[in-house]
Amino acid sequence: MASGLHNSDIPNPVLRWIDQRMPIFTMMQKEYGSFPTPRNFNYFWNFGALAMVNLMIMIATGIFLAMHYTPHSSMAFDSVERIMRDVNFGWLLRYVHANGASMFFIVVYIHIWRGMYYGSYKAPRELLWMLGVVIFLLMMATAFMGYVLPWGQMSFWGATVITNLFSAFPLVGEWIVTLLWGGFSVDNATLNRFFSLHYLLPFVIVGVVFLHIVALHITGSNNPLGIEPKGPQDTLPFHPYYTAKDSFGLVIYFIVFAGLVFFAPNYLGHPDNYIPADPLVTPAHIVPEWYFLPFYAILRAVPDKLGGVLMMFGSILVWFVLPWLDRSPVRSMRFRPIARICFLLWTVSFLVLLWCGGKPAEEPYVTISRFAAAYYFAYFLVILPLLSRIEKPLPLPESISRAVLGGGPLPAGAAAKPMEKA
Amino acid sequence: MLRTSLKALAILGGLLAAAPAAQAAEGAAHIPNQGFSFQGPFGVYDRASAQRGFQVYSQVCSACHAMHLMSYRNLRDLGLTEQQVAAIASQVQVQDGPNDEGQMFERPGRPSDRFRSPFPNPQAARAANNGALPPDLSVIAKAREGGANYIYALLTGYGDPPPDVHIAEGMHYNAYFPGHQIAMARPLNPDQVEFADHTPATVENMARDVATFLQWAAEPELELRHSMGIKIIVFLLVLAGLAYAVKRKIWANAH
Ligand code: HEC
Ligand code: HEM
Repeated sequence: MASGLHNSDIPNPVLRWIDQRMPIFTMMQKEYGSFPTPRNFNYFWNFGALAMVNLMIMIATGIFLAMHYTPHSSMAFDSVERIMRDVNFGWLLRYVHANGASMFFIVVYIHIWRGMYYGSYKAPRELLWMLGVVIFLLMMATAFMGYVLPWGQMSFWGATVITNLFSAFPLVGEWIVTLLWGGFSVDNATLNRFFSLHYLLPFVIVGVVFLHIVALHITGSNNPLGIEPKGPQDTLPFHPYYTAKDSFGLVIYFIVFAGLVFFAPNYLGHPDNYIPADPLVTPAHIVPEWYFLPFYAILRAVPDKLGGVLMMFGSILVWFVLPWLDRSPVRSMRFRPIARICFLLWTVSFLVLLWCGGKPAEEPYVTISRFAAAYYFAYFLVILPLLSRIEKPLPLPESISRAVLGGGPLPAGAAAKPMEKA
Repeated sequence: MLRTSLKALAILGGLLAAAPAAQAAEGAAHIPNQGFSFQGPFGVYDRASAQRGFQVYSQVCSACHAMHLMSYRNLRDLGLTEQQVAAIASQVQVQDGPNDEGQMFERPGRPSDRFRSPFPNPQAARAANNGALPPDLSVIAKAREGGANYIYALLTGYGDPPPDVHIAEGMHYNAYFPGHQIAMARPLNPDQVEFADHTPATVENMARDVATFLQWAAEPELELRHSMGIKIIVFLLVLAGLAYAVKRKIWANAH
């Protein structure tokens, strides 16, 4: 249509009036109603929707916490405890927010793992994948700054250790550290800027998530077989099939979440963060939050400070180029017998690093982290490029519907609209 | 589908289990579990024990340890009456002001006042304790690995050091304190307090009661949290059943 009103088929007259002038309802219907989605998703495909819900929970609880929180080095700790005691259901707000961060990382780690296992990063979804890595980096920055806000011992010393890492960079290092601190040590100025940025970054994440979804809706989703849908028999409309499946997954997610919040709210935290920050007393072991431990282990596995910092950042940045390191045309690891084993071993190396990161920097943990870190990088930089050339994949199924329905006739209600691919 | 879901669960379980295991402090003695009434998903506070614990705190520990996050009015939640709380608060003198003449003045405490701190500042606390700082006990049960079990172990863990251990001047041997040398002298001795309910004031009983009180002080929301949690989980389990049934029904013609 060149100009004038949008041709809307929304039945409700009021909604139609809006839709003719601004077709958001048509868009929602197209992107979340009839959107053709591969019919063979397993439950790993729930985690994107879970991450979305989690992000909204974080923003909602965070805004209410910020109404009662005081970002001052002499009052922050007590203001958090006052939220726990004197604000109506403040303990619930805070425990949901704190454990929500852990849930967010669990969900997103599984989401990323899914992408790696089923080759979702490969063409044509490279940009979608890279936007995901951007989201992950933003999440890490947000979580790190959030953990500083209660101004406990781990907040303070974690912030000191992590910000100090930047001093390893030649020339600009000291300058960056001073900029992060807003002075010459972690202090009130640091707390203030971290609070400001901690409030800002989630909205940046919302923006990048929007782009992530835009990119997803151009390429369409990947699926456990890693082959593209070839026609309507291979897809189902997103609603009601996947809205129903996501709803079930969402309730399971809430059960795990509630288990943490109500029965083990401090299980994933560190007791030292209930000791008010004291610049004169260094805790025996400074450990970051659990979700940073794999990267912390890589940092400590390298004897040289700058080397460690570069390896730590490199261990995530390498995800950006994953689509070009893995040249195999087969996406799903189901059909890549060798790569599958190598990737499962990579998963083990990641978990081993997580475990080592929480241990003191002494033997045998340092040596174990070195082996695990070496494998972590070797998988991306050596194994995948090599396997792209030499591995012989298993035969791929002819189509999704053949693999799922065994090639029988199509059930009547199950056909989706034809793929509207760009 | 089941296999992959199991895999997802295994990863999740692995992540959850690895985290605190990763943080468990090494070198500290194993802390025995005392089976407190507030442990476990249905746990509630033993009110009588927590009230006795408050008595131990105010008659013994409060000589050195502040609890500046607590107000006297909070004691209502332990089952004390308004009159009892007002009487307890009025026993202390607190500084208030400035008044209309610009003067600070002392007045008897009110239920809305915070627990009075024994020392005006950390320097004074150190000066009175051989240079050691008695920590604020408001959230101590959340601030130590082991929580109330650790506090009980600490308070009952005094004794003679093993022959090969040298204890520095002014320090005391404790089996459970990290490093085994603590600046706090044995705070509890038999019959140090007299309980109105005739509970024998053994060191173990007093330690148990004060540990219960400190746990309550650190987590006053625990009972509400537990009871809400049970209801919410039951509700979610029912909802999960419904959501699964709906999903099955919708997918019935699509497999
Ligand atoms: C005479 C002063 C004094 C009294 C009375 C006292 N404490 Fe202490 N307490 C201290 C000092 C000093 C420390 C610091 C010890 C150190 O760091 O070595 C301390 C430390 C502690 C700690 C922290 C141990 C750790 O893991 O860091 C706890 C818990 C504690 N006291 C509980 C109590 C309780 C409960 C009572 C009452 C039954 C009590 N204290 C009575 C002086 C006292
Ligand atoms: C705030 C965090 C995130 C949100 C809200 C989010 C949201 C989503 C949603 C709703 C989907 C579609 C449903 C699905 O396939 O699971 C999706 C797909 C995808 N996401 Fe994310 N995501 C987030 C983080 C990430 C990260 C960190 C990465 C990778 C580093 C990533 C990579 C992908 C990929 C590759 C897909 C397509 C998957 C496929 O089609 O197989 N996402 N995301």
